[in-house]
Amino acid sequence: MRSFGYVRATSVEEAARAFAARPGARYLGGGTNLVDLMKLGVERPDVLVDVSRLPLDRVEELPDGSLRVGATVRNSDLAAHPLVRDRYPALSQALLAGASGQLRNAATTGGNLLQRTRCPYFQDLSKPCNKREPGTGCGAREGVHRDHAVLGWSEQCIATHPSDMAVALAALDARVELYGDEGGREVPAAEFHRLPGDHPERDTVIRPGELITGVVLPTATGRVPSAYRKARDRASYAFALASVAAVLRVSDGAVAQAGLAFGGLAHRPWRAARAEEALVGGPATAQAFERAVDAELAAARPLRDNAYKVPLARALAVDVLTRLARAGAA
Amino acid sequence: MAPTGTSPGTSLGTPAERREGRLKVTGAARYAAEHPLPGRAHARPVPAAIARGRVTAVDASAALAVPGVLAVLTHDNAPRLADPEDATLAVLQDPHVPHRGWFVALVVAETLEAARAGAAAVRVEYAEEAHDVTLTADHPEAYEPEDANAGQPGVREHGHPASAFDSAEVRVDVAYEVPPLHNHPMEPHTSTAHWDRERDRLTVHTSSQGGTTVRDTLAALFGLPEDRITVVADHVGGGFGSKGTPRPDVVLATMASRHTGRPVTVALPRRFMPAVVGHRAPTLHRVRMGATADGRLTSLTHEVATYTSRVKEFVEQAAVPARVMYAAPHSRTAHRVVPLDVPTPSWMRAPGEAPGMYVLESAVDELATELGMDPVELRIRNEPDREPDTGKPFSSRHLVECLREGARRFGWARRDPRPGSRAEGPLLIGTGVAAATYPVQVAASTAEARALPDGSFVVRINATDIGTGARTVLAQVAADSLGVSLERVRTEVGSSDLPSAPLAGGSSGTASWGWAVHEACVRLAARLADHAGPPPGTGLSARADTAGQADAESSYARHAFGAHFAEAAVDTVTGEVRVRRMLGVFAAGRILNARTARSQFIGGMIMGLGMALTEGSTMDAAFGDFAESDLASYHVPVNADVPEIEAHWIEEADTHLNPMGSKGIGEIGIVGSAAAVGNAVHHATGVRFRRPPLTPDKVLSGLAG
Amino acid sequence: MGSDMHDSTSGGPSGGGGGAPRGAGAGPPPEHRSATTLRVNGKPHTLLVDHRRVLLDVLREDLDLTGSKKGCDHGQCGACTVLVDGRRMNSCLLLAVSLDGSEITTIEGLAGDGEELHPLQRAFLDRDAFQCGYCTPGQICSAAGAMSEAAAGHPSHVTDPALPSGRPVPLDRAEIRERLSGNLCRCGAYPRIVEAVRDAAGQDAAGRTEGVIR
Repeated sequence: MRSFGYVRATSVEEAARAFAARPGARYLGGGTNLVDLMKLGVERPDVLVDVSRLPLDRVEELPDGSLRVGATVRNSDLAAHPLVRDRYPALSQALLAGASGQLRNAATTGGNLLQRTRCPYFQDLSKPCNKREPGTGCGAREGVHRDHAVLGWSEQCIATHPSDMAVALAALDARVELYGDEGGREVPAAEFHRLPGDHPERDTVIRPGELITGVVLPTATGRVPSAYRKARDRASYAFALASVAAVLRVSDGAVAQAGLAFGGLAHRPWRAARAEEALVGGPATAQAFERAVDAELAAARPLRDNAYKVPLARALAVDVLTRLARAGAA
Repeated sequence: MAPTGTSPGTSLGTPAERREGRLKVTGAARYAAEHPLPGRAHARPVPAAIARGRVTAVDASAALAVPGVLAVLTHDNAPRLADPEDATLAVLQDPHVPHRGWFVALVVAETLEAARAGAAAVRVEYAEEAHDVTLTADHPEAYEPEDANAGQPGVREHGHPASAFDSAEVRVDVAYEVPPLHNHPMEPHTSTAHWDRERDRLTVHTSSQGGTTVRDTLAALFGLPEDRITVVADHVGGGFGSKGTPRPDVVLATMASRHTGRPVTVALPRRFMPAVVGHRAPTLHRVRMGATADGRLTSLTHEVATYTSRVKEFVEQAAVPARVMYAAPHSRTAHRVVPLDVPTPSWMRAPGEAPGMYVLESAVDELATELGMDPVELRIRNEPDREPDTGKPFSSRHLVECLREGARRFGWARRDPRPGSRAEGPLLIGTGVAAATYPVQVAASTAEARALPDGSFVVRINATDIGTGARTVLAQVAADSLGVSLERVRTEVGSSDLPSAPLAGGSSGTASWGWAVHEACVRLAARLADHAGPPPGTGLSARADTAGQADAESSYARHAFGAHFAEAAVDTVTGEVRVRRMLGVFAAGRILNARTARSQFIGGMIMGLGMALTEGSTMDAAFGDFAESDLASYHVPVNADVPEIEAHWIEEADTHLNPMGSKGIGEIGIVGSAAAVGNAVHHATGVRFRRPPLTPDKVLSGLAG
Repeated sequence: MGSDMHDSTSGGPSGGGGGAPRGAGAGPPPEHRSATTLRVNGKPHTLLVDHRRVLLDVLREDLDLTGSKKGCDHGQCGACTVLVDGRRMNSCLLLAVSLDGSEITTIEGLAGDGEELHPLQRAFLDRDAFQCGYCTPGQICSAAGAMSEAAAGHPSHVTDPALPSGRPVPLDRAEIRERLSGNLCRCGAYPRIVEAVRDAAGQDAAGRTEGVIR
């Protein structure tokens, strides 16, 4: 790790200015992923702009009933927040399914969205990786890729996004608030992360210097039954092999509202728009759920060693939808 | 809590509390990197980025320009070493790269940060050669080794196993595959060396299972007399075999200290460990069992293919337990090994027995299914009256008692033997059983016992406490041998300035050290009996050396045995397998400390649980290293993976072992536990998984048929 | 305020003395270091830290508080767990400079002054909840943090979603296992750790100890 400068920002504007003033700047939140990657040499900032103490540490209800989560709210606090637990249980569950108690105490909402892939080739400077060093190739494509993508990957990159939280946000129709030199803007959480295409080095649509200031959870999915489930190699403290976040409102036996997103399958949380379309208006039955999920997963292109992810994702999704339907009916 | 042996002569067997416990729970116990030394520097190795070839150039200029970097050692300028007995220690001696991750440079710096930055700045150029890291059973370079690990013959054959198998009434012919496994002790391999040039003395704090060997090795490598070297291994953060002999960290730290004149710490980064500290080599197994219709084995063949590195030969002796376990008139147990461009494998907890018994005990379960016989009963039916391979009588063998006692405690009789017969919603529940065995090993040791004028005693021996409770149990041995209360005995361990002793490994530590401590104490007691009044000012002492005694050939086959029972739940939605309960019953001679023994048994069982469900790494064919090199990707079980676990034992009185009557207990817990879990999964699902770990990808595929 | 000031960028107490030659090139440039004040186990320390230095290395290298262990240096094992402003975190991933003004409690300070052990330390001893001891300080600090979190009503992955928000979460075995899963133990002391935490949590409920979180 090269030595670097450090600036502690006290306001969003100051942070953006400090970032803009220094090429090679990085925002520091909880640091749980950034410091890890700096130690590996994957991230090599010239200066860190510490945004962890910005006054963005509140979860507040907005006048329209939506919930605004500040970017520096810690993952553990967000998961424990009564309004989140009561109205957006999938988000609380997703957070609690990720990492460890210690990491959740340090990691921030903004940082969680910006965490980078756990692909071992990305983390190892002695190996090719188009995401880390464009043009060097992909070690995983023919290498060890049991954990890699089955949806939306490109010849350039087959990495998956590791966040649990982001999967729930995608299903919940959350919006990511950004601040940059052109002022503030909002991006749907489901569109915040990119597919790799020819530019796997870009994880998200964030512009240079833009700062995540918060996440807004809309009223439309608040108080609607939702849940998150993940499958992993050990019972805790492991990344998802596959996961699903689902939002489901059933009315008179029919699906009135559906949100579905997968984790562990793609370069970004995979918002299952096709499945949602198939679900809404249809019966809230296991058969209908299976058909809808199959419609989504028909696009899957498994690699040599990860074909298991397709039936796994299917089973997870059908299970979670079925449980939500049952709970909604009860 | 429980009494700790306060009356004279009765402390063995009691659950005495760990003597260093308070230091450990308060953070005061210091490990190898934690001894404050003025001017101490930090060094970080640079691993090779190719799988095979040689270093053609090292450009250290950028590294040396990093503020705080003191030196960069490479094969061009590192101190020359005498040829080591263990070729993995010949670091920075030549440009040859035998595998990816082999160290090609060492950056010494004022701080950890500067060492890291310096290491990142070293530019290494290579001439790369084609490599081969892929183990196959029919690899053209495979050969039959004369000896496998622990001096076990590579091949043994009795009778006509092939024809006996062909003509058997019931046959099982199965292939299993155990992946590479990694020790990953919580404390990475770490050494702090201080070569005092003025006094020409070397002092090393190292994380090792045996400081005497470290001292002897350093003396040979650096041409320094042994009496000028002190190796301290006071507290050691686990080893599980990977610290059994010196590893490159201690050689590098010594080199760096000699080069810079400063105390230097080398703490291996976790990610570097899989390539340089040894690992359990993958094993490919084929087991053939022929039996009569009433379940008597007529033929048993266990053949194992494994790899070693091109640095040195290490052969995981996985076919060896089949020489001990069951009576079969015809048998063959054989190893084949392939030298590949892979990191050098070495000892990992119960080398040979852990993978070998995983497979053998899974195959026995397959035979039981084939026969429609209860797997406990099948094992009992094939109980031998002598050791099958050697014909030697057993010094003691209570496997049947372990199986019966375990079955009783576990509630085995209530089991519906039909696979897939128990479900709870989407969960399939099953139970399984497997046997365990581990050989009794013991080595010669020296020890000293001293009586002090104040009525207390000191036992001095270079034993190593890697978490076993050696300090405590040796005090118990001494107290009983002296006929005094435990509180009056102090133990000094963990320094090569103490009487030399063998390593903590092969489950032999307590037997080897305890024997010497016992002898020294018996002699001291005799001296005290001859001496009128209290001991003089410096005390009275006696030494013992058990060479020729402890290491004498025994006319008995000496092994510990055990039985594991496990209950597993298989989630048919996710393919996740979680163990609900495990129960082990062991017959391991006399249990010397009930408290620490239970902890070791349970700890071994948990490592077996990991082997069954979560642990395993993948050799990357293109790059020549393990894809799972850190603790986020190599899944050591976490607390949530571990259910109710019980360990029990049967008291064995065995007079053919050592003065304490003990067998080793450090490894038998892992032996067979993975098979019990795997057999439970078969019972739950009706599907036989033969390639652990049983992760969701494999289980889902298996359930889909 | 009685704090000691020293330069952590060139080694601290274990690397600072000894009269070894140390030129201007021993540390990073001045703009890559900052004066940082940490209150560790109740005692303030002001250090000129290399921005790269993580809290774990400040504790181990500069303050000679080696109870916090380095098992992986990447937040994957939990051996470095300490309490930062009352909350458990992996000290290996926290840049010291970013913690200026924080209150740190390590295993050495958990029990406060004096000979008396913290109830968790006592319970770990009583239950033989460790073997090699390397993960132990992290386990104990993590358990202290977890007990506070549960008392403050923080749910875990295994908490019944029906449990009302804000209500303290009873620490049964499943809760303890899940909440301590960020602390690896290769010796396999987990079952005994669970019992030790149950013992200590029971005492806590009886009001014999104080919560760590504020």
